[in-house]
Amino acid sequence: MYHYDDFDRTLVAERVGEFRGQVTRRLAGELTEDEFKSLRLMNGVYLQLHAYMLRIAIPYGTLSSDQMRRLAHVARRFDRGYGHFTTRQNIQFNWIKLAELPDAMAALAEAGLHGMQTSGNCVRNITTDQWAGVAPDELEDPRIWAELLRQHLTLHPEFSFLPRKFKIAVSAAKHDRAAVKVHDLGLYMHKNAEGEVGFEVMVGGGLGRTPFIGKTIKPFLHKRDLLSYVEAVLRLYNQYGRRDNIYKARIKILVHDKGAEAFGKEVDAEWQTIKDSALALEPDVIADISSRFSYPEYLPLSDSPQELEAARKDAAFAAWHENAVTRHRMPGYAIVTLSLKPVGKPPGDATADQMDRIAKIADQYSFSEIRVGHEQNLVLPHVAQRDLPAVWRELEAIGVATPNVGLVSDIIACPGLDYCSLANARAIPVAQEISKRFADPRVAKDLGRLHVNISGCINACGHHHVGHIGILGVEKNGEEFYQITIGGRADERAELGTLVGPAVPYEDVADIVEDIAEAYLALRESPAEKFIDTFSRVGVEPFKERVYATR
Amino acid sequence: MTSPLQQKIKVTGPNVVTANRLGDGAVVYRTADGGWATEIGQAAVVADASAALQLLNAAKADGKRAVDVYLAPVKLEGDGIKPGNLRETIRMRGPTIDLPAGLGI
Repeated sequence: MYHYDDFDRTLVAERVGEFRGQVTRRLAGELTEDEFKSLRLMNGVYLQLHAYMLRIAIPYGTLSSDQMRRLAHVARRFDRGYGHFTTRQNIQFNWIKLAELPDAMAALAEAGLHGMQTSGNCVRNITTDQWAGVAPDELEDPRIWAELLRQHLTLHPEFSFLPRKFKIAVSAAKHDRAAVKVHDLGLYMHKNAEGEVGFEVMVGGGLGRTPFIGKTIKPFLHKRDLLSYVEAVLRLYNQYGRRDNIYKARIKILVHDKGAEAFGKEVDAEWQTIKDSALALEPDVIADISSRFSYPEYLPLSDSPQELEAARKDAAFAAWHENAVTRHRMPGYAIVTLSLKPVGKPPGDATADQMDRIAKIADQYSFSEIRVGHEQNLVLPHVAQRDLPAVWRELEAIGVATPNVGLVSDIIACPGLDYCSLANARAIPVAQEISKRFADPRVAKDLGRLHVNISGCINACGHHHVGHIGILGVEKNGEEFYQITIGGRADERAELGTLVGPAVPYEDVADIVEDIAEAYLALRESPAEKFIDTFSRVGVEPFKERVYATR
Repeated sequence: MTSPLQQKIKVTGPNVVTANRLGDGAVVYRTADGGWATEIGQAAVVADASAALQLLNAAKADGKRAVDVYLAPVKLEGDGIKPGNLRETIRMRGPTIDLPAGLGI
């Protein structure tokens, strides 16, 4: 966990006071909506179809159990008893009243939580691997760098009015679990030939209306230079990013228009002027930030304890263990993923009661720590393997132990037209229907790793472009239709999906997904060949022929 | 720049003016007496551009009570007013899914 100091606490508390005054003036009619809108957005407050929505940042996806309890309290006291975990390590409350927002924010601030920079044309919540600090394939904890960037870029006066929003993700593991290549700025930590750890810097990635995979403009950046280099990128973007057309305002358009190489050269020239300024990260600064991250005092335990081996004789436990439990960097410990994708339920939602129980389980079994992943699941990052049977029973009792992590029913979905004022079509009911079709765990297991991502509009909050199966809701003559792509991926080999056929009506989407799954089973060389590998080998045509031949 | 009085809008059927209530974001509809109602049945229905523009501009000027004001198509069925598309149906009825509750089990 990262420990906030008085400066952080004062900043967040003062912001709540400021927003309280703004809300009071708005309700009294002293501020017009035009004047107020940008102020509320700076605090993560949107107006959706039915109500105001409050988006709260969970920096680098790390939550304490006390923070989770506070989220439960806000859900219960100010909302309708639940929250929605998003694809950007945020949580959203969908039903908050404007007059009560300052009190909700004050309650959150007491736990170090806030909505600053979860909206608006600024640097958004900086995200990373939900297994940061515990993954065995990690070079080092990327959250230290995310925190350094967070501190530098929070309320940064030069970057509070960028041409458009700006999203940064950091990953330090061999396997990219933070989707860094589809962010405005992706930082991928790796070792150079001299064995030094630094950053590969990628810019111009992103989804939405014009999807791009990020391009590398700096193959290796020394840690010392992180802030100055990111500052140089933001300066270039701030100066040259388009402000005349919202659809062309993201940095990906600028990078595409200029060309990545030319953009990189301009960044480099700007960087030379500031790299040795106060932005240079000297070792004492890095050490200071690092020292504020505390790690559990792990017990000296061994892998595969007797309690675990005995429990694995239970088929239900064994299925969950195989699916949701991952190796930890410490012997005798495990990383446990909590599926927020129960069959037939909205992806990513958690009720206040579930949040409270998860906080309690984290206190008892995971050193009071919880993580939030961009796939809209939660993680207990430090569970002793001997405690896994007890943890499973507790998770099972609150409906977050469905053994479908990474499988076809572990669907990423945006709120869609059920909540969102931007959406053209519903996403949640589509996800619910697909998860019901693949409810049989044997079928899902046989299909193996298969990511289905659904967005209710072209803004792509459901990351449909990078789903193995991607589903995009559109509106045609007042009806919901869905475009379906296959072959997308968000990992270290990120690719955008390929359209598999014409858009289909709402009623047909789950049928199409079933047909794609059957096509995969027929086309794969062996059960060991994953869906995405079969697609890479055969391309879209064989899928198209099988899925659309009789339609 | 076109002034609000010179705005041109296209109205091809019955419409109502809808918005979100300032205090809580609830969906509301403009009534004939210049108020706001949460029931679509109480909405003032307009069927030509002139009347629509008049209703819309009056509603937009009422920024202390409602925000995000716009014209929405409706269907007139018997004595009732029904939303004219899925978006407006969802705004009126709420999400088409069951909201999460309890322990989610």
